[in-house]
Order: sequence, then structure tokens, then C-alpha cells
Amino acid sequence: MVNKATRPTDDLLGQDLWNIQLDEEGQLKHFLTIEGLGSNILTQILDTAESFAGVNTSIKKVPILRGKTIVNLFFEASTRTRTTFELAAKRLSADVLNMNISVSATSKGETLLDTLRNLEAMHADMFVVRHADSGTAHFIANHVAPHIRVLNAGDGSHAHPTQAMLDMFTIRRKKGADFGKLRVAIVGDILHSRVARSQIHALNTLNTGEVRVVGPKTLIPKNIEAMGVTVFHDMQQGIQDADVVIMLRLQKERMQGGLLPSEQEYFELYGLTEERLKEAKSDAIVMHPGPINRGVEIESSVADGPQSVILDQVTYGIAVRMAVMSMTLGGNIAKTNQEDAS
Amino acid sequence: MSDTLIKNARIIDPRNQLDEVTDIYISKQRIAAIGTAPADFTPNETIDASNLWLIPGIVDLSARLREPGLEQKANIKTEAHAAASAGITTLCVPPDTDPVIDEPAVVELIHHKAKQAKQSQIVTLGALTAGLKGEQLSEMATLKKAGCVGISNSKSSINNTSILHRAFQYASTHNITIFIEAHDPYLTAGGCAHDGPIASRLGLTPIPYAAETSPIAQILELIRGTDIRVHFGRLSCARSIELINEAKASGLKVTADVAAHQLHLTEMDISSFNSQCHVMPPLRSQRDMEALRHGLESGVINSICSDHQPHELDAKQAPFPATESGISAVETLLPLTLKLVDNGQLSLTTAIASITCNPADILGLDIGHLAVGSPANLCLINPTKEWTFLSEEMLSHGKNTPFSGWNFKGKVSQTIVNGKTIFIEE
Repeated sequence: MVNKATRPTDDLLGQDLWNIQLDEEGQLKHFLTIEGLGSNILTQILDTAESFAGVNTSIKKVPILRGKTIVNLFFEASTRTRTTFELAAKRLSADVLNMNISVSATSKGETLLDTLRNLEAMHADMFVVRHADSGTAHFIANHVAPHIRVLNAGDGSHAHPTQAMLDMFTIRRKKGADFGKLRVAIVGDILHSRVARSQIHALNTLNTGEVRVVGPKTLIPKNIEAMGVTVFHDMQQGIQDADVVIMLRLQKERMQGGLLPSEQEYFELYGLTEERLKEAKSDAIVMHPGPINRGVEIESSVADGPQSVILDQVTYGIAVRMAVMSMTLGGNIAKTNQEDAS
Repeated sequence: MSDTLIKNARIIDPRNQLDEVTDIYISKQRIAAIGTAPADFTPNETIDASNLWLIPGIVDLSARLREPGLEQKANIKTEAHAAASAGITTLCVPPDTDPVIDEPAVVELIHHKAKQAKQSQIVTLGALTAGLKGEQLSEMATLKKAGCVGISNSKSSINNTSILHRAFQYASTHNITIFIEAHDPYLTAGGCAHDGPIASRLGLTPIPYAAETSPIAQILELIRGTDIRVHFGRLSCARSIELINEAKASGLKVTADVAAHQLHLTEMDISSFNSQCHVMPPLRSQRDMEALRHGLESGVINSICSDHQPHELDAKQAPFPATESGISAVETLLPLTLKLVDNGQLSLTTAIASITCNPADILGLDIGHLAVGSPANLCLINPTKEWTFLSEEMLSHGKNTPFSGWNFKGKVSQTIVNGKTIFIEE
């Protein structure tokens, strides 16, 4: 990437991240970040997920990944995300191996590469990776054997692309396919949020009318406008006339680093209450990647209220993850399935 | 002792305003004459340096050689050899070895190993506080007596402002220069990238400008109105240069250096999580990089150093934030400096001065120039040789470099320390 005479431009930057995710024919090979993927790929993911949405209810399993081994490689604790990846893999008839590796175990002795080599030796076909360090999924994709596919299930504050795609799926189902007329507000800890970064890329790639981020200055990363968002520090203004309000989870440890004074003051200023939600459009939907902190970023009556689509997000998560797994590992079979379904 | 004549070299000696094709005579390890032969001079060896440049041996203000303490990364012998091959005749080692350079025994150990290696010369900075812990002053006068050319708290910070203040006063009592790598530990904590658009996109913990500029401003206030000598190393921010410039204008005895990589790379270079570009302070914006170049040309920044930090392979084989920072850099110091000249970004005289006489002055050593009577530390360069730098061909034990594959013009052909050839290209 570092070059002699010319410096990499923004275009090259996207190209670089893009290349590693696609094969020679432009098909999805790894799914590491939304950044650099075209709207055609994102739409393909959404359409494929749509075809799988039925599998979740009526038909229990499809044989697309029969004989394949998928390893859930989680270096960070997560029950829900891991479970939906596991369900997605099983509904595609793959064998699933769950590895929960505490970071302390790898920092002493065995390196991340050692761990990978061992799992490769067990004939894994796909790694679903979650790790506390930004860039881990890219690092793994750059170092695995060529036949292995890598799905990013969250790396540090960098990316969580399947979460972003299930959010896009939810928005498309609830608000229609024309993202151009939508105003979307993402509220909370943008600085530490891999979900927000992936959502911003996805929303902009799908041509969303306006993408806003809302939060105190301590939780908004520098130059975030360059990613195509408008910044608001006032909640009322930030969600005004929004079609979609996405609330982010506030981690308790943010109080220690001097980023926020207290949960109470945060809720006072940025918590989504019924009263405050009236600022958004009357038919606005409320989303949250979960798990929610009731009374910290969102009021229970909103989380459980008529505008909330939080549980739909969880349900759709399985179809979206099936879509990405089949597209990266199933080759043409996924396409056939999609044609049959439509 | 052999007497050597080097003929027909283009001798570039910025300190003595010399830039002409002539001969240089070396006798008893020192420069005996330039131009006309001294009386009774019969050379044992004559080197024809036609079409070559001859510059004073390069002085590198900051090179971590990893010995003692981190020998899995490198050692004095391998690194001094690598440095010699790159025209460096003097390496200055920061005190963060293990054990820390806070007592004469460690200084002696390093000097002994350097002598055994018979390569580039090595000088040391002593620790500013015992164990670099920032709590108790080190025995600075004793360290100076043992050979330390300055003192530094290296990459550790002194959080207690009172200790810092007194350490400065005490060092100044003994006429010792203090070497600072300015960074605020709280603003740097956990960070690995410049607080800019790339870190925001990649979700890397950002390090703001203030992590460097606020400690510089604090130190400048602490030494205001005194004659305490402070050297600020490894600058990365445009604002730091403004601060140093103001301080110099107000008469403070401050100097500054920049690592060579900061003059060629920016935050853009980490955009694909390239761990070879994980450095501290982080690579900053294009604007900062250009300000650093201008700072050199204008003289606000006195010197370019390698900031050599060799690593074992595994140190860079991990997700970006988990990798160790630093570049194995002695072998790219001169090539990257000459590249600025080649690109028209720095004059040749300033470029050579910034790696020879200027760093020598900062260390208070009578090297880095070619005055008659000074030690014959020299470097011969083939200025037209075009070559490709490859990590696998590096002599340093650490192959960690972002510059592998870069094309350079100008290569060291011979390095001489005290009149003795320590490197000659085959």
C-alpha cells in the first residue's frame, strides 16, 4: 500500500479494502466491512436474505452448506450474536464449532496465528470472528489458507457488517426499498461503535437521503463528517423528522474515562423517551442493535412500544447471516436458491 | 597506524561550508588535511573516490539496539553492523534498555559490547529518573562521568510536574542536555493512530495533537528564562514546530529532531491496517508531514534521526492495535533523507547537516564535520546508484519496515570510523 512516488488516494483506500473481500469475478469472498462494497453487493445480500426469511419459519433447513465446517471464533464474549450465527449456519446444514477464546489466553504464549493454523488443520471452511481489536478480521483474512472464508462478527470499534446489513434489511422491510427518501438518526456512543460505522457505510452506499449522528462531543469521532453524516449534539434537533431512529448501547465503562458524567445525565440528554420520540416522524421506527440498557439509552415503554422493531432485527439477523454465509461459501447454490424463492 | 588518502571525492561538509571535489588525508585516526597533502604524508592506502560523495559519518540521535534486555529483537552487534552499512558512524541509544541506563554499569556494558562489535560507535543517554519511573532523580553527574552524552526519560512520562522541574534544574547544574520524547501518557493511553479521519473510519483509538503539544508547551514554560538545554525528539505535529520556533526566538536553548519516516508517511498509510506503519508518535496528516519538511529547511527542526526500533517478526503479526510500534530504520535514514533532496523538498546542504553536524552539536560531540584534527569518521556515497530497498536484504535483525520495495537513489559505498573502514560495499 505504501508507495514510492504517489500517495494512496481515497479511491485506492476503498479499493484496497474492497479487493480482499471480493474474488476475481466480483463475488463476495470474505465479509469484513461494508466499506468498499457496491450497492449491487449490498442489495444482493438483502435479496438473498429475503429468500431465506421463509426458511426460518416454514422449512427448517436447506442443504446449501452441507459438509462445510464453520468455526465461530469469539475472542469477545457474546451470546446473542454468536447464537444467531450458529442458527444461521445450522439452517444451512453446516457443522458448527464454537470457540470462545479469552484474550488473556492468546496474549500469553499462543499467538492469534497459532490459533488460526490449529483450526485450519481441523479443516474449517469459514471463520466467523469477533475480537476486541479493530482490524482483526482483515488480519485473519490476510493470513488464512486461500479456501477459507472470513466473516467479521465485530472487530474493535471498526466494523460489524452483518449487524449493519440486518439493520438495512429491517429498514427495507419497514420503510420500503427507496432509501433516498429516508432520514436516519444514529444516537449515542458513535466513537466506540463498530455498528454505527458499518451502518453509516451501508446507509450511504444505499443512497440514504440523510444520515445523522447524535451525541455529546466526547462520543463523536473526529472528522466523522467525512464518512457522509451530519453531526448533532442536541437530541431534539438530531431526531427531528427522522424516519428511522437507531439507538446505540452505552457501555458502563464510559463513565470511568471521563467521557460522560453519569447514566442519569446521559438519559436526561440523549435517552429516547416517548415524549422525545414525538420529535421524529409519527411513523418513525426505533431500532437498537441490543442488548438494550433500559433507562440508560432508551425508555422501556419505547423499547417495547409500537414503533420499536428491535425484536424484528433479531429475527432478521438469522436470514441476513444465512445470506452472507451462503454467498461467501455456497457459491452458485445460493443464487439458485434465490431464483427458486423469487 | 595507517595513513589513508581519499582522492577526487566531492566532499560535502556543511559545518565548514565545504562542497568541492578534492582530496582528504587521514592520519592517526584523524583528518590530517583537505586539499593539499601535509608534509611527509605517505599513504598506506589510497582510495579513488571519483564520482563519489564524501560526507562526515552520520550521527543518529535515536536508535534502540535492544541490548541489554530485548535480545530476541536485536543486539548491539547486528544493529551496529546494519548502521555501519548505512553510513552511520555514531548511534545514540535511549536509556530504556533492561536494565535501564540509570547506573554506570549499564553504560559500561553497552560501551564494551560496542567496542567488541568494532562497528559504528555508540553513545548513551542516561535515565532522567531512577528506573525511568518518574519519581526519583537519577545520579546524573555520575552517569555523565560514565560517558552518557545526555539524559532522557525516554518514552516514560514524568507525571509529577515538580519532579520534572527539579530534574531540569539538576541536569542544568551539571551542564547536561535533557532529551524529551514529548507525549502525555493520558492522552496517548491505548491509542495507536492519529486523531483524524482514518482513525475515525477504522475505529482505532485516536491520539490527539495535544498528546504531543501540551507537554512541549508545559516544558517550555518550565524552562522559560533559563539556559537549560532541552532537545525535543521525534516531533509529529505542525503545531509542535510553531512552539519550538517561538521558544527559539525567545532565546531558549532548545533543539528538535524528526524521525525520517515522519517525512514520508501519513495517516493514509495505515488505511489498510498496515502494522509496519504503526509508529509512535503516530503518522499524522499530510499538512503535518509538509510542516515537518518545512521545519527542517527553515532550521526549526535541527536533525533527522532513524528512531530505529527493530522487532522480531511476531511483534508485527497481529491485529493493528495489538502490534508493537516502531520501524527498523537505520538502513533507511540516509536513503529517506536523500529522497527529500531528490524530490526537491530539502536542499542537499540542509539534508546532510541534519544527519551529521547538527545531531553532533546536540550531543555535544566533536564529530559530524571534517575539520582538520577531528576524528576521521566518514561516509562515501555513490550518488547516482539506483536501488530497491528490500526488507529481506536488511542487515538489521529487525525486518520491520514499511519501505520495502521503495526505490532510492544514492547508496553508501564505504564507511570509515576513526580512519578505519568498518563497511565497504562489495
